[in-house]
Amino acid sequence: MNELQFLTWVRGTGLDIAVAIFLLGVIWRLVEIYSLGRKKDLAAPRHTPGASGWHTIVRRSVPPPGMFKQSPVTYVGGYVFHIGLALIVFFFAPHIKLIEGLLGISWPGLPSQIIDLVTVVTLAAMVVVLVDRIKKPVKRFLSTFEDWFTWAVTFLPVLTGWLAVQHLLLPYTTMLALHILSVEVLLVVLPFTKLFHAFTVFGSRWYNGAVNGHKGVPV
Amino acid sequence: MSDNRILETLAGQGISRRAFLKYCATLASLMALPPSAGKAFAEALAKAPRPSVIWLPFQECTGCTESITRSHSPSIEGMIFDMISLDYQETLMAAAGHQAEAALHEAMERNMGKYILIVDGSVPLGLDGAYSCIAGRSNLEMLKEVAQGAAAIVAMGSCAAYGGLPKANPNPTGAVAVSDVIKDKPIVNIPGCPPIPAVITGVLAHYLTFGSLPELDHLGRPKSFYGETIHDRCYRRPFYDQGKFAKTFDDEGARKGWCLFELGCKGPVTYNACASVKWNGGTSWPVESGHGCLGCSEPDFWDAGSFYKALSMPANPLKLAAGAAVAGAVAGIAISVSNKARKGAAKTGHETTTLADLEKHHE
Repeated sequence: MNELQFLTWVRGTGLDIAVAIFLLGVIWRLVEIYSLGRKKDLAAPRHTPGASGWHTIVRRSVPPPGMFKQSPVTYVGGYVFHIGLALIVFFFAPHIKLIEGLLGISWPGLPSQIIDLVTVVTLAAMVVVLVDRIKKPVKRFLSTFEDWFTWAVTFLPVLTGWLAVQHLLLPYTTMLALHILSVEVLLVVLPFTKLFHAFTVFGSRWYNGAVNGHKGVPV
Repeated sequence: MSDNRILETLAGQGISRRAFLKYCATLASLMALPPSAGKAFAEALAKAPRPSVIWLPFQECTGCTESITRSHSPSIEGMIFDMISLDYQETLMAAAGHQAEAALHEAMERNMGKYILIVDGSVPLGLDGAYSCIAGRSNLEMLKEVAQGAAAIVAMGSCAAYGGLPKANPNPTGAVAVSDVIKDKPIVNIPGCPPIPAVITGVLAHYLTFGSLPELDHLGRPKSFYGETIHDRCYRRPFYDQGKFAKTFDDEGARKGWCLFELGCKGPVTYNACASVKWNGGTSWPVESGHGCLGCSEPDFWDAGSFYKALSMPANPLKLAAGAAVAGAVAGIAISVSNKARKGAAKTGHETTTLADLEKHHE
């Protein structure tokens, strides 16, 4: 298999398989989670439960008092790489073209120089949060294989994409194929790892907020 | 014939020494060789005996020959035909039938071990090679025989270099590249559909001057011509970086000459010199004329998805997605039904523990 065949495979069969597993996993888990249900709380709500849910969604995006000083790397690094990832994924012109090809919707992209800068900052932030996880004893103690693994499958698409655009290490064709392959690995593992928070983060926050609000303890 | 010196032949045709030196310097700079190489070219080419060249056409469309001849009269590259002794080329030679075959064998015998073999077209292996025959012999048989006495082989065009169009899925004739058949000779691939004329003249001049083939990349292509992608050298590249794309072939972006990436240009993954050497004596090239690069100098470019689909788009429509979504929903519903059943079973199986029960155990 030469590099163009490799690229064609990841753009064709590989993408087909990865998207299929991704869709299967995401729909499966969402249906399973939302159908679990909870027993109805018969007590009269002490606080507007719905509003409390929305409140929690916002509140948990902001560091609690004192926490920012205690672990600034977690907050700054976390915010930088999450926003960076969103910008890269949704505002790099070729990515928009892919989404258009799959879903038929599109929007204007950002100039590639800006995406390039965002990518470098994102990579740096991800390395910083990884080093922080290794160096802080508590974080290291709490980390399991899944934490290291999900970091790697998130980091690799960004790194290979940047290397491809910059023409570093390997010929563009091979690096582009590796980039797409790494995204396919990410798509396959996303529904079955903690990366699924991309779909559940706001739902679970709302749920916690609503339950606690019902009990009179808005958080 | 083949003992004639190149410069004598050229002088006989009214080509001045000055024009010849200019040609050598152009060739050297084209191949990214140091300026001194121009002089070396000139000295070596002037003294070199015209080498015998045998050109075998296999499963091909004659486009490669067309390409070379296009450069003949208007451009100085045509001189190469006076620098080599083209002893067998079916399209260009006057001889036909037995005469042609005799010319081939005569050239082979006279220059055994010294001639250059140019091949255009792929070699069919299916049905023992019966898909393409010349003088009643299969291409495979002919290639093996002629390659034996060759000093070097030039695989001209994407078909000879990689199998090209005949090898496209489902490859009914079992077409393969020259390098799939011949393993014991130096082979230089000059892919393209067709290749740029200056590239073959450059390779031949290099061979005549230095006695060796130019530096090749991992796909057997001369690095000097195939070292960079079309995209890297494209004059429309700034528009790519600014995110300015033509969306159709006749919109405002197309008229303003914006990047053709979204219209399926394969420039980013195509290694060739079109963007710098251009075509038809430097007149223009595909992207300049408004059409994206097809990637014709890359292996299996016919099967690399549609020519009009952006590289970042799926090569084929996704076939599994809908089925997978349904399977996911079914799996989710099945598990939720099983969860509900377990919950229900737990509820019915629940026994109320009374104080009396606890006291009983306590005793």
